[in-house]
Amino acid sequence: MVEKSTLKKLFERSYIVIALVLLYTPIFLMIVFSFFNTSSFSFSKGMSFNAYIQLFTSSNASTLGQAFKNTLLIAAISSVTATILGSFASIGIFAMSKRSRKIVENVNQLPVINSEIVIAVALMLFFITFRFPDGYTRLLLGHISFCTPYVVLSVMPRLMQMDSNIYEAALDLGAKPLRAIVSVIIPIILPGILSGFAMAFTISVDDFIITQLNKGTTSGIETLSTYIYSSQHTAGGLKPYWFAAFSIIIVVVVGALLLINLRRYKKTPSKRAENSR
Amino acid sequence: MTTDKIIELKNVSKSYDEKPVVSSVSLTIKKGEFVTFLGPSGCGKTTTLRMIAGFEKPTSGTIYISGKDMTTSPPYDRNVNTVFQNYALFPHLNVYNNIAFGLKLKSIPDGTFFVDKNGNKFENLRKLTKDEIAAKVKTALKMVDLEEYEKRNVSSLSGGQKQRVAIARSLVNEPDVLLLDEPLGALDLKMRKDMQIELMNMHKKLGITFLYVTHDQEEALTMSDTIVVMKDGIIQQIGTPQKVYDEPANAFVADFIGESNIFSGIMVTDFNVKFCDHSFECVDKGFKYNEPIDVIVRPEDVSILSSDDARAALLATISSCVFKGDHFQITAIIAGGEDYEMLIHDNVNCRPGDKVGLYIKPSDLHIMHKARIINEIVTEMWDTNTVEICGGKFPCQCDLPSGTKVKVSVDFDDVIIYDDENDGIIGGEIVNTIYKGNYYQCVVRTDTYYDFFADTEDEWLKGDRVGISVAPDKILITKLEETI
Repeated sequence: MVEKSTLKKLFERSYIVIALVLLYTPIFLMIVFSFFNTSSFSFSKGMSFNAYIQLFTSSNASTLGQAFKNTLLIAAISSVTATILGSFASIGIFAMSKRSRKIVENVNQLPVINSEIVIAVALMLFFITFRFPDGYTRLLLGHISFCTPYVVLSVMPRLMQMDSNIYEAALDLGAKPLRAIVSVIIPIILPGILSGFAMAFTISVDDFIITQLNKGTTSGIETLSTYIYSSQHTAGGLKPYWFAAFSIIIVVVVGALLLINLRRYKKTPSKRAENSR
Repeated sequence: MTTDKIIELKNVSKSYDEKPVVSSVSLTIKKGEFVTFLGPSGCGKTTTLRMIAGFEKPTSGTIYISGKDMTTSPPYDRNVNTVFQNYALFPHLNVYNNIAFGLKLKSIPDGTFFVDKNGNKFENLRKLTKDEIAAKVKTALKMVDLEEYEKRNVSSLSGGQKQRVAIARSLVNEPDVLLLDEPLGALDLKMRKDMQIELMNMHKKLGITFLYVTHDQEEALTMSDTIVVMKDGIIQQIGTPQKVYDEPANAFVADFIGESNIFSGIMVTDFNVKFCDHSFECVDKGFKYNEPIDVIVRPEDVSILSSDDARAALLATISSCVFKGDHFQITAIIAGGEDYEMLIHDNVNCRPGDKVGLYIKPSDLHIMHKARIINEIVTEMWDTNTVEICGGKFPCQCDLPSGTKVKVSVDFDDVIIYDDENDGIIGGEIVNTIYKGNYYQCVVRTDTYYDFFADTEDEWLKGDRVGISVAPDKILITKLEETI
């Protein structure tokens, strides 16, 4: 009996360990390789910062920099636009009758559930049929259209949690509708808006298929994801500087996450003290 | 128009998707009054309040506030403020900013004037200064006993404190009328009692008109100057608490407010009423001779005497006696009748099985017209021997041809109610059940909004779906003459 339960405990504990190892080993491996300046995954060249130096000195450095800038620019413009569109759309959807709200919510989820390749092809056909200008216009419109539903998905729950009389209370106290939305509704749903923005930004940076199919062949626009794809094709294997680039990204993201969580952790105890007073 | 009237409703109705929620409500509220809308949930009291606040537009009718037609004005143009049941405080603002919210939006005349091209004189408006706002918020906080709480986050407050902030947030705007939508519903009993007294004190001190919505009859009786009893979107009675309690307008009001015995009876002549198979002297007159009526007797108006007392009007056997703190709650079966049950509150301790005499003062017998004595529906024959009632085809014994206009009458005790909706010819929802001594009178609302009255042995739960049918020989059909 006793042995059985310890065995069970061991399984329970090892499960999380296995999951974490599977998740983090590849990332860790990549960071390790970034210090060995290799594209053949061997340690023969010894440890160095060469890969990091190449980021700025290799013949591809300017293209890489341009791709990086494009990625950030597209992500920034499309996520800000999607956040504004999505937030106001959510407030509108929230104000609808229960039945039409259900319908619109389901329609909104369609692009999220749908496979990305379908959307990519559909967007491509749409842009070609209606002769949208090549390049940034198509990319931005495409990114905005697939980011907006995520913002709606992240803002809606905040609105649903809100006391249903809040908006009416603001009107009752003399606020006109726009004022009530700006100074009451938006501050309350702000956490949802921010996480929607973060999500939109990330999926825009991540996106490959939609960008690849809609960037057009003549415009020459590359983002990080499309550039790594084409450079792997043309140069026969990944150049070492890619490992360096991604290692930097990981460190930045993890650092930002830690910072946010630490700040939140510091805030909580003070709040508790206030409650117990 | 007298300035005395602060709110006036004229034939105000509201329906959602054709379903009436408030039907032709008319009333006037005087300045400084404490008025309570009382009724069971779904009676339209909150909807009426929301129409006065401006959150809902009436389907028809007019709402006057301070003598001005405000029927379609938005909430921010009305000088009324609402306290919501679940407080609706702004979670992102602290106590101070919650209360200051309305003040920061307010504009007041600044004493200077300007004259436009056409010679019209206008008084200039200005915003309140920071100091003015701070002073007003401080006074409001003091009024609700929360002086130390200015900087507190509203999520850190208890339910009672949140309610006080909500009240302060509304009162600080100095509204003409304060609307309170079941404001104490979420508080525990003790807190509720304290807040009742505090609200009454505030009302006295400020002189602002309070319009209060509740389903708690005790709360209404304690706090109000005037009670408006509502049911199914219709006002049943408007009166002082004392009047509503002592002279209920109908069986519903009597049943809803306080406990009561309700019996069906007959007004034999003036000053003589017969119910529970006994005759009684009463103080009412002006009814038709032998008119069927409802008699209402409050439990505390029945006195228990010894069975050989000369004053005893009724003999009864005690069936139960429960101690309730300040009185005994006694049920007694009246002798010499069909086992009518009487509920009594008295401070005599008795044991089940005791034989006692009962006495009721003539002035404590409240006699009222019956809402209805038979179910009557104007409809058409579906076919020979079939009549349409509320969308269902009822078999009957009548050889009039299809399409003939007829009046159908069904006695209350001929309506058969089934547990399963599908067992009846038509379905309906129980909207009311009143115990009448030895049977229950239920009201079943069909899907075509006709109310069937039915006398049954069993108690049916309000809100349940049931089936209705009537035996063919119990449907009385009279042909209606075609009128041009």
